[in-house]
Amino acid sequence: MHDESQILGYQPGSGFIYQLNATTKLVFMLLVSAACMITYDTRFLVAIGIFSIFLFKEANIKWRQISFIVKFIVAFMVLNLLFVYLFQPTYGENIYHSKSILIHAGYFTLTIQEVFYLFNLLLKYVCSIPIVLLFLLTTNPSQFAASLNRIGISYKISYAVALALRYIPDIQNSYWAISAAQQARGVELSKKAKLSKRIKGTLNIVMPLIFTSLDRIDTISTAMQLRRFGSKKKRTWYVAESFNENDFWIMGLAVVLVLVVVLLWWLDHGRFYNPFV
Amino acid sequence: MKTRGLSVKNVVAIGIGSAIYVILARFTSIPTPIPNTNIELVFPFLALLAAIYGAKVGFAVGFIGHALSDFIMYGQTWWSWVLATGIFGLIIGLSSKRLDLKNGIFGIKQIIFFNIVQILANAIAWIAVAPVGDILIYSEPANKVFVQGISATISNGITIMIVGTLLLKAYAGTKIKKGSLRKED
Repeated sequence: MHDESQILGYQPGSGFIYQLNATTKLVFMLLVSAACMITYDTRFLVAIGIFSIFLFKEANIKWRQISFIVKFIVAFMVLNLLFVYLFQPTYGENIYHSKSILIHAGYFTLTIQEVFYLFNLLLKYVCSIPIVLLFLLTTNPSQFAASLNRIGISYKISYAVALALRYIPDIQNSYWAISAAQQARGVELSKKAKLSKRIKGTLNIVMPLIFTSLDRIDTISTAMQLRRFGSKKKRTWYVAESFNENDFWIMGLAVVLVLVVVLLWWLDHGRFYNPFV
Repeated sequence: MKTRGLSVKNVVAIGIGSAIYVILARFTSIPTPIPNTNIELVFPFLALLAAIYGAKVGFAVGFIGHALSDFIMYGQTWWSWVLATGIFGLIIGLSSKRLDLKNGIFGIKQIIFFNIVQILANAIAWIAVAPVGDILIYSEPANKVFVQGISATISNGITIMIVGTLLLKAYAGTKIKKGSLRKED
């Protein structure tokens, strides 16, 4: 049978992070992950990495909630780092303008600079992934949509995102229902089947799924039209919450972190922190 | 009733389309014997949706669907590839007026036109937008990201040529042809 935990979703809980406003969490996540995306300053990344792991501990999230996705991410991360290395083993020395060889191996000669660059790439994952996972696990989807509207995205787009989050479990259910029905008819979908058979089998699920969902679009849009959706320039949200003191502190912290990245850019003369020169 | 900006139908199409995108991206990626290359059935779907609802919906479903599925599956987003998926939907959506799927017409001429557009859209999205974004945002090595882009173009191009054409044909078949009703003599 399929495993429900294969897709991340909100799970109610209690604690400091759950009490924060969804807008605060969204702003914090966007600013901090943007900061981690831009900078390659090792000191900053290490600090944020430790901080985000600490936050994760604080939220009391259970390992089984995230074990699947963490394994998935680690596999992907290792593969990506390997590809970065294989395609251009000299990339590190180009960035840091120096070369100290660790292992001689022709094209694949490994330098300390390359290892340092790969280590920075790895740190970027360690920084941003816990924060994003935390956001997903502790934020109610409806509040998420309301907070998108609050940071200036048009309410129609926010509502579309809310609809998407609302219908992902439904469509997942119909996917598994159709899949079970096709397998009962003898369609083989596992790894044992030949590639061409698997493609055909998957198409047998995808086609009905798409066409029933297209019908769903018509039904839902008629229902929304009857309720006069979209006739006004603004709309309010049932789940919208007001800010409290902690929210301002957290948002302030996010802004400070972005300013630190700007400062580091100026200090390092660019996005890379270079300990070699 | 005339609404400014997105119509209600477009809003719903973006919402449900993104939800289907997430599910298809998660469950229907079929690995091939070629390493690191998967057959992604989600792109033919995106092409169909863009061809039905147009450029705005195509862009939004690509962008939101890809961003959500990245978030939910990896806990991280590659914004350069998210943007590229959006642009891919946008370009196919631009051709929706000429395709005229809603009137149930999808003959040889339209099939050829659709495939030219989709190959163009693939090339722009994966060979131009995504790698350049990877280099600018993430400063990854250039040859790695271009090889990834070219392999994505080829595998998605072929998948859409076969599955996408089938999907559009099937969709056109469910619509009533323009002028198919005749007045009785």
